Amino acid sequence: MKNYLRVLITLIFIGSFTQIKAQDITTLVQKVKNKLDQVNDYVAEGKMKTDVAFIKAPVGKVKVYFKKPDKFKLKRDAGISLLPKGGVTVNMRSLVAVNDYTVIAAGETIINGIKVKIAKLLPNNDNSDIVLSTLYIDETNLVIIKATTTTKENGTYDIEMQYGKYINYGLPDKVVFAFNTKDYKMPKGVTMEFDNDVTNEDRAKMKNKKGRVELAYNSYIINKGFDDSIFKN
Amino acid sequence: MFTLLQIELYKIFKRPRTYIAFAAITALIVIIQLGLKVDGKEYADFVLADMKNMLEINGKIINGYFVCYVILQLLLIHVPLLIALIAADMISGEANMGTLRLLLTKPISRTEFIMAKFLAAAIYTILLLIWIAVLALFVSMLVFGTDDMFLVKNAYAVQIERADIFWRYAGAFCFAALAMLTVAALCFFLSNFAENSIGPIVATMSVIIVTTILSTMSIPLFNTIKPFLFTTHMVAWKEFFDIKVNDANETIKGTVEHADKIIRSSIVLVVHIVLFVGASVVVFKKKDVLS
Amino acid sequence: MQNIISVKGLTKQFHNLTAVNQLSFTVNNGDVYGFLGQNGAGKSTTLRMLLTLIEPTEGSIEVAGMDLLKHHKEVLRNIGAVIEKPDVYKYLSAYENVQLFAKLSGVRLSKEQIMQQLAMVGLQDRANDKVKTFSQGMKQRVGIAIALVHNPQIVILDEPTNGLDPQGIADIRNMILHLSRDLKKTVVVSSHLLSEIEQVATRVLIIDKGKKLVEGNADELFDPSETIVELETANNHFAFNQLEQSNWNNYLLRERKGNPVLKLNKKDIPQLHKDLVALNIELIAMQPKHSLEDYFLRITSANYS
Repeated sequence: MKNYLRVLITLIFIGSFTQIKAQDITTLVQKVKNKLDQVNDYVAEGKMKTDVAFIKAPVGKVKVYFKKPDKFKLKRDAGISLLPKGGVTVNMRSLVAVNDYTVIAAGETIINGIKVKIAKLLPNNDNSDIVLSTLYIDETNLVIIKATTTTKENGTYDIEMQYGKYINYGLPDKVVFAFNTKDYKMPKGVTMEFDNDVTNEDRAKMKNKKGRVELAYNSYIINKGFDDSIFKN
Repeated sequence: MFTLLQIELYKIFKRPRTYIAFAAITALIVIIQLGLKVDGKEYADFVLADMKNMLEINGKIINGYFVCYVILQLLLIHVPLLIALIAADMISGEANMGTLRLLLTKPISRTEFIMAKFLAAAIYTILLLIWIAVLALFVSMLVFGTDDMFLVKNAYAVQIERADIFWRYAGAFCFAALAMLTVAALCFFLSNFAENSIGPIVATMSVIIVTTILSTMSIPLFNTIKPFLFTTHMVAWKEFFDIKVNDANETIKGTVEHADKIIRSSIVLVVHIVLFVGASVVVFKKKDVLS
Repeated sequence: MQNIISVKGLTKQFHNLTAVNQLSFTVNNGDVYGFLGQNGAGKSTTLRMLLTLIEPTEGSIEVAGMDLLKHHKEVLRNIGAVIEKPDVYKYLSAYENVQLFAKLSGVRLSKEQIMQQLAMVGLQDRANDKVKTFSQGMKQRVGIAIALVHNPQIVILDEPTNGLDPQGIADIRNMILHLSRDLKKTVVVSSHLLSEIEQVATRVLIIDKGKKLVEGNADELFDPSETIVELETANNHFAFNQLEQSNWNNYLLRERKGNPVLKLNKKDIPQLHKDLVALNIELIAMQPKHSLEDYFLRITSANYS
């Protein structure tokens, strides 16, 4: 998820480095970026839930640390955390360095009763893992409601955000990551479970479902500063 | 009865062979712990390889709770042999030594005598399991620390919160005790018919090996008889480590997915124990001591 | 004399084999009861039935007026036994063995009492050694110490001298006499050797193929003035001919094969010597016979002569 956030943040920042053809969209993305720029750092507390069909996991408390431009860390209070993989190869630093995106205005739509503008970001570099990113921007509040990213290696994933108290900083109360999962099957030699056969019912349940990770924030501490050591290891 | 039990326990713990089992278990557990301490990360990567394609898993996968689970999975299959070493000897060993005829010329009831013997074998079995619990669970908790448990099953993976695990082990060990008592009872029953302990040991292990193979082979023909094999029920301790989820796919603390399976298997095992011990009493009461 | 063990119509059937067949006998209080028979005659089976080790197919056993099967605990409290080999726990010491079996017999002994028990069988110096280091004779003595640990009125010894050296055999004989004379116990002792029984028994039961041959007082059955002698001669055929035509014909036991065997009064032996010379029988040796087989010959000789 860490990497998802990076992608998201990157996408937002890309706006300032990319040649934007549609002037409206360029302005809009720039505004969104400016709004987010108010935040130099934050520490947020919240709950994380991993909802993957083939994983039974509890809801866990997490702490999220962020520092400009792209330092990000998610820490679980205790226990083991499961985050969707994929973002690793989508290293935005390289994308930023390439500085070569095409932004296309793609009209308007309504998500959860909010009118949004659609901006499509196309990397011009063929080596980039990202094929296409689509941002849905709430023009009134200058926040991103949804982002869909298609990658070569890790499929497509959606990030949806809901805002509340911290909308003025462009920080969401709730973030939902949705991603495609593959079929899961472990060889019995690994699980050592020779007795329990997978039933067809089980199999049906596990299939055709998207994985989701939900992050619900309770509180943010914004621009108060903290030690960088948290990002290490 | 209490005196008889006392004497049987005294005899068991005066014999060197009793301690072989404890030594063997200690060695096995320490080896597994050492392996996981040194190469735990590789083991986790191997087990979680499929998961790691999709997910990033952070946290102490190789923690004390997980290590204990791995040990139980590997070890519990072999504990029956160690139990057989003692249980098979309870009656046949006395016949072999010639002490059975001396014992039975003493003013004791045969029923009480054989019950005391079974209880002694049962206590030995339980002590063996307590020893396993001490080494596999408590020592692992000390050496590896504790964290959530992340278990990979055939159809899915389960994450159980740290605070929700200990009672599951208590349950699992109680269930394992029941399973091992079934082995002890079988062995004890066979011990009635032999005049040395090798026969019952080999017979018990053969029964366990054959039925375990039948239990683990997924062949439709065998699947129909699986529910009738006690070895099928002996592994139900693992059910303690599966958890219920709500509609939102969040785990519900303190729940067990298939509590019914645990209860059913427990009943099957208890019935086996009662049958084997009951049959032992009947056979032994009628037995002519010719050794 | 009061009878203490009373056996009636005792039978044990193992599949096709009738090991004990309608056996009845009584043991009186204070007897040293000799139980004689060849190997396989049914002695052990009978004694094991007395000790509840084997369930009788038929018949009744009463000990001190109580039915054995109905009151087996009370009866066994009054019996101490060593059955065949004296097998005890080899991985325990003599002391530990005595202590363990004392508990099983329902008595709690102090350390001194256990040592006393071991001293009685001469093992006080080896009390703390593991039994696996003991000789056969020492193991036998541990067995006896255990049999006596609860001070029973009846002591049953099944083939107690099996596998013992001459010294061990003598020790056992003295032990039996000690039990009977000094401790006033009733002793039932089985053997396939006449010589052992003859020296200690007051009453004797002889069985063969599971059936009673004879039961009676030892001094009547073992008339000390009577003896059996076997003649080894230069020519047995000639010897038989000569003897059959002489007065000794009535004393001859065997048919015409092997050496001639005669049953006679000891005081007649000098006369036999003279007559052998007179009859021109060249004698190489004259041996007194002293085996159970000979005893059978003696008691069954009536049928022959």
